[in-house]
Amino acid sequence: MKVMLAMSGGVDSSVAGALLLRDGHDVVGVTMKLWGGDSDSGCCSVSDVDDARRVAQQLDIDHLVFNFGDDFNARVVDPYVRDHALGVTPNPCIECNRHVKFDRLLVRADQLGFDAVATGHHARIGHRAHGSLTLERGFDAAKDQSYVVHMLDQHALARTLFPVGDIDKTEVRRLAAEMGLRTASKPDSQDVCFITSTGGRETFLGDRITFRPGRVVGTDGDHLGEVDAVEMVTIGQRRGIGLPGGGPKRYVVDVDVPNATVVVGADDDLLRAVMTVERLTWIDGPVEGEVLVQCSAHGDTRPALVAGEGHEVRVEWRDRQRRIAPGQSVVFYDLDDRCVLGGGVATR
Amino acid sequence: MRPVAVEAMLPFFSGRFANPSGSHRFARDARRAVDEARDQVADVLGVAPGEVVFTGCGTEADNTAILGAGGVAVCSAAEHHAVLHPVLEHGGTVVGVDATGQVDLDRLSAALTAETAIVSVMAVNNEVGTISDLAAVAKLVRRLAPRALLHTDAVQAVSWLDVRTIAPLVDLMSFSAHKFGGPKGVGVLTISDGVSVDPLIIGGGQERERRSGTHNVAGIVALAAALVEADDQRAGENERLAALRDRLVDGVSGAVDGVVETVPRDRKVAGSAHLCVEGIESESLLYLLDEAEICASAASACASGAMEPSHVLAAMGVDRALAMGALRLTLGHTTTIDDIDRAVDVVSTSISRLRRVSVR
Repeated sequence: MKVMLAMSGGVDSSVAGALLLRDGHDVVGVTMKLWGGDSDSGCCSVSDVDDARRVAQQLDIDHLVFNFGDDFNARVVDPYVRDHALGVTPNPCIECNRHVKFDRLLVRADQLGFDAVATGHHARIGHRAHGSLTLERGFDAAKDQSYVVHMLDQHALARTLFPVGDIDKTEVRRLAAEMGLRTASKPDSQDVCFITSTGGRETFLGDRITFRPGRVVGTDGDHLGEVDAVEMVTIGQRRGIGLPGGGPKRYVVDVDVPNATVVVGADDDLLRAVMTVERLTWIDGPVEGEVLVQCSAHGDTRPALVAGEGHEVRVEWRDRQRRIAPGQSVVFYDLDDRCVLGGGVATR
Repeated sequence: MRPVAVEAMLPFFSGRFANPSGSHRFARDARRAVDEARDQVADVLGVAPGEVVFTGCGTEADNTAILGAGGVAVCSAAEHHAVLHPVLEHGGTVVGVDATGQVDLDRLSAALTAETAIVSVMAVNNEVGTISDLAAVAKLVRRLAPRALLHTDAVQAVSWLDVRTIAPLVDLMSFSAHKFGGPKGVGVLTISDGVSVDPLIIGGGQERERRSGTHNVAGIVALAAALVEADDQRAGENERLAALRDRLVDGVSGAVDGVVETVPRDRKVAGSAHLCVEGIESESLLYLLDEAEICASAASACASGAMEPSHVLAAMGVDRALAMGALRLTLGHTTTIDDIDRAVDVVSTSISRLRRVSVR
């Protein structure tokens, strides 16, 4: 097959390239230029692009850089800023996968005559008996990334390859070292590419929105303190909410940005029996009934009942769970905790 | 590279290897080669030999002119980044251009003051091929900013225009050897007698203290050889390549709809074909052309290697969506009619193919 390999400059996509070549595919490496501002790897992440290009040279495949900066700004960065201004906590990496990697890049690959797009994600694509495709957790449970690619549909799955999904990270690094790939011991990237470790989320957002100071109140309405920026507060947060130490543990249980109010309460006040999820995508059609639910990239799964169809579903937890911040991705897995069924975004 | 340039530089990698700044016999030999090259360059560029300063590249020549003039700089919005960035870094003024990329003379007039230190307007635009009316620019500058130096980035001009006609209009001109069939890594800044610009690189005092650093003798000799040949062939090549360019543009426009010729042909140089193609993205088109071994460009690339939306097209007021479909095909001394016919075929079929799988 003719495969377009998305190369981030990391070890997973480097090894993915080597595995594709081993399997006899015709591979072209592509690095997407997404963010044009400062990052931890230089302007336009130039050092990551250098790594990707040098690995492509080592593998003896062509390497191209596609500028999807406009799309990234419009579909990922602008909504990220807008959501924070509304008190919503988005997951920009998932929005990037949704709109850029598995939409923009797939269309580009189609246009240019490629049969598939490959990435270095730790997830697996399988076949059901009746022919439809499954999205499954990666072989390496600790590195599994099925959560961040949960939005793929049958059309996208049919044209996507995850070459390192079947091996664990240790093996990825071992293969990279064995082949002498320069990214063999490069640390995993953990953070949002457009947020620098020195400036952080606060500097990034502070340059783009005007923070509003807010009141911190208890669940009974008592005034307890102040925060500098209500936009920076997230549900479930315990530190940095301007409360004196020593007392009972208090968590943010609600953030009301329009009224500049943060409500704090005991751990118990965070617990919810039900949540709603919108912006749904399904791997192979909508699912109702018992599922396992995961609400963060490496979080545990909890059993729940999914009900309802259309634009919004209701998730009834078997045991009450801590409230999920609006904007967070919620992903449904089958009861074996292996296959992704679909997912969406927690509503307010 | 032109074979004459390759041939000219080779001896300086082996037998004639000396540093021209030395005092022994081998140094004198190298010195002579640089001096002769300087004479040849001066003759083609219409300046005196003492007005020729060899640099490391066109960008260095541009930077030296802008930064060395000191004080407020004014340039057109369609300038190469080698001019634009130093002007902006130092608080200079950028003047808008018209729809063809030509500097707007009214806006230039408004920007000029008695304090203006340098004005820079390129001779030929590197992206769209527009020829500037430097005579009109010079007239304005001399009248409204009598103390200002006038610089032209003539990096793209040599193959198409007789620089001897430009030299009397300006004080400073920039060139780069690789744009006329010479090697990369060598350029020229001409500085008119009586004009002083501070050097960017100081040290050993080479080039009459206008550009220090050991001479790139092989590069300088090759630059001169390429320049002389380009000058000799200019008239014939202009005629031949204009006809080929017309065949290319007419061929593509005739084969597919929605192809916009960015600048009218009578306003631009013969070797430039710049098109904006509706409904496609340059990156995709360039990939398909590259696959067919047709090497083209769209705008300029950033440090990551990604194509950036063209600042020249933006300055000309080209709609951003249309500018995303820019295609820049350059013809030169090696281009043949067979190349053109093949390019017409590949470009047209690639555009049609991309439009069939349109972007969602």
